[in-house]
Amino acid sequence: MTEAPPIVEMRGVSIAFPGVKALDNVDFRLFPGEVHTLMGENGAGKSTLIKALTGVYRIDSGSILIAGQERRLHGTADAQSAGISTVYQEVNLCPNLTVGENVMLGHEVRGRFGVNWRATNRAAAEALATLGLADLDPRRPLSTISLAMQQLVAISRAMVTDSKVLILDEPTSSLDANEVEALFRVLRALRDQGVAILFVSHFLDQVYAISDRLTVLRNGRYEGEYLTRDLSRTALIATMIGKDLEALRSLESQRQAQERDRTVVPLVRAKGIGRTGSIEPTDLDLHRGEIVGFAGLLGSGRTELARLLYGADRPDTGEMEIEGRKSALHDPVDGLDHRIAFSTENRRDEGIVGDLTVRENIILAVQAKRGWARPLSRREQEGIVREYMAALNVRPADPEVPVKNLSGGNQQKVLLGRWLATNPELLILDEPTRGIDVGAKAEIQEIVAHLAGDGVAVVFISSELEEVVRLSDRIVVLKDRRKIGEVVNGPGVTAQDIVDIIAAHGAEAALASDLVDPDGKDRAA
Amino acid sequence: MSTTGTGPRHLVRRQYFWGIVAIVLLLLVNVLKDPGFLALSVNPANGNLVGNLVDILRAAAPILMIAVGMSLVVATGGIDLSVGSLMVVAGAVSMEFLKASGDASSGGVALGALGLALAVTALLGALNGILVSVVGLQPFISTLVMMLAGRGLAKVITSGQNTAASNEPFRWLANGFVLGFPVVVLLAAAVVVAVAVVVRRSALGLMIEAVGINRKASRMAGIRPRGLLLTVYGISGVLAGIAGVFATASVMTVDVSRTGYQLELDAILAVVIGGTSLAGGKFSIGGSVVGALLIATLDKTIVFLGVSSSATPAFKAAVIIVLCLLQAERVRSLFRQRRAAGSPVSKEGVAA
Repeated sequence: MTEAPPIVEMRGVSIAFPGVKALDNVDFRLFPGEVHTLMGENGAGKSTLIKALTGVYRIDSGSILIAGQERRLHGTADAQSAGISTVYQEVNLCPNLTVGENVMLGHEVRGRFGVNWRATNRAAAEALATLGLADLDPRRPLSTISLAMQQLVAISRAMVTDSKVLILDEPTSSLDANEVEALFRVLRALRDQGVAILFVSHFLDQVYAISDRLTVLRNGRYEGEYLTRDLSRTALIATMIGKDLEALRSLESQRQAQERDRTVVPLVRAKGIGRTGSIEPTDLDLHRGEIVGFAGLLGSGRTELARLLYGADRPDTGEMEIEGRKSALHDPVDGLDHRIAFSTENRRDEGIVGDLTVRENIILAVQAKRGWARPLSRREQEGIVREYMAALNVRPADPEVPVKNLSGGNQQKVLLGRWLATNPELLILDEPTRGIDVGAKAEIQEIVAHLAGDGVAVVFISSELEEVVRLSDRIVVLKDRRKIGEVVNGPGVTAQDIVDIIAAHGAEAALASDLVDPDGKDRAA
Repeated sequence: MSTTGTGPRHLVRRQYFWGIVAIVLLLLVNVLKDPGFLALSVNPANGNLVGNLVDILRAAAPILMIAVGMSLVVATGGIDLSVGSLMVVAGAVSMEFLKASGDASSGGVALGALGLALAVTALLGALNGILVSVVGLQPFISTLVMMLAGRGLAKVITSGQNTAASNEPFRWLANGFVLGFPVVVLLAAAVVVAVAVVVRRSALGLMIEAVGINRKASRMAGIRPRGLLLTVYGISGVLAGIAGVFATASVMTVDVSRTGYQLELDAILAVVIGGTSLAGGKFSIGGSVVGALLIATLDKTIVFLGVSSSATPAFKAAVIIVLCLLQAERVRSLFRQRRAAGSPVSKEGVAA
């Protein structure tokens, strides 16, 4: 495997953004016929390296060699003509075209009278079949298939363009176990055909399952290149974050030791709240100092329920009681006024305000709560910002940088800071750890545990069941837009128990039905 | 209007730096034609300041008003095409009111005319806001409708006539002097400063920017975009009303087909020259002021140079295109790269 010369080689590559050195003298090699994983914390420079390789960013210094020749990539078209294809976290295909059109876009089979659609679809079907997708009809609109299938379609498209290098940026973050397995089968087949695959993921199990080699970055610097089989997980994590994870492990015992008096009036009591088309009427009690996990697959209604609790959507059935008093929440402002905070899973579209600075993003909710006529003074703003940037370890530690220049994990911390600054009694966190690295994840979990210790009621939503089980005092299980059970957490409860509850409820296997999403609404969004 | 940095380096990096450069260049062109262009003198009869610069400032006053309103609307990601038409509505309302009262010297009547004109334009501005925020129409469409309806409304108010009236205190708003300075310039400056202070000293500016950048995220953070949009379009309406009063009071006649005609385009240009992106988000009231002053200077220069009226639009367009090119991110980075490329070459030369 290592005998062949590398297909991609980066030497001493540096890229700087205003105020941030994103890549600092980084080396990287990618060989044909291997799966190579890029590892690192948020802000380590993974995305930047990928964007340098796909021509999105220009490098300030250093060189990129492709198949032994130095190349200057001036845009994604250059990268594609050099044989580099990318499948992003958010699939960038055209949802309004058919599967076949997406696969063959720009490579349609031409006949005497323009495009020969029959032949084009046949070619698409062949391309899909080589990836084990012979059952997929190329004439289906892309928006009707699940995200996992869309990702395979994107890979199939990359193969049609005859790519030598395939880059997958967090392809598995929204997939369930079966979908991940299907994806990995395809990747292994491609690897055996000699394609070089660059893989980015935060899931250690997946990294060890698929990759042959890994490169670790930290704070924009190259930390080392290792063969996966030679590097233990502990050693890998130590290299990535340079600190031990004892704090995270101690969380488990701390949470599970809690016992709770259930006779007191809950902070929030929802009686049959529901909304047509998003969540069936649901009962729910939330107590101070308690972490309640929402467990369920994508589309199970966990986000929809959380949105009703905050007032982001208006429920059309049921009512809410806050501290025993009936309260109607019509608007996020109502939620904030009742000291409820909701951190959305949709960080980019509903979370950060990209062009505003870190400072402005952190104070935004506090300011909105006070109203426009009572502005926070600069001194008050700086006090709040200093406190939360330090407590959450936001990097870079400059409050006047536009928040869009920060890495995903640090944006998440800024958002967490925004909600903590409102001093909430109920904090709803929807996927607060998605797409961020182990270190930041541990930090956020630690903060959540501390908040509960201080008497805040927390709702914790995550698609990682292990995380929900480790952190929650009580777990609400949802499926198909309905609450199907509630588990009081304890030493005996494992992620497997939750999976069993979901699988046992209803006849069809939950995971299989998730693969092809009939309305495609959830996944395509 | 931002608080950081006052040094010359900061000024150069400001988007509206080139607007200031353009104003200086235009003034220079005028000085080349007539070395006495910039001369200011005091009228010995009444002690009033007179000169070309004073004329430019007076002409800039209405554009200044609508440009400031426009920059707030544009910052929310919208646009207000109706400001020119609201100007003529304000003019029509006030002229009809003054004509009906018939009292040519009463200050109370003048105040009544002003108040009524601003109330009507505030209402029409708020109506724009309702169409945009509550009904959810696109700002372009809503205000386009208001642009057509506004001029029609003015014609209904005056029965299609160009109504003239006489009222000294009202005329004084546009033509009077206080301590030698023209009232209209002082009023315009006061309004701009008042709006800037309200917007920047309260949290309104931050919220406008937040809504303009990401409306969904702003709502989730507890901002009520509806009320905010209503306020902003309302402010734009009031400012257009003030501009309309300025424009009609100077001649004490409302010309229903000419007053405020196509001035919305001047306002949008002023905002763009000032460096506020039409996509919404960060805005600069100071920049819009520079933009409005540039447009007034440009208009004056065209007249002063005797450019034929048929060539005027082309001349104006040429100046503005050059300015926009200088401000464009691509062109700026091209300049930066050339500068950056210049220095390493010399280093390599030494090494070799």
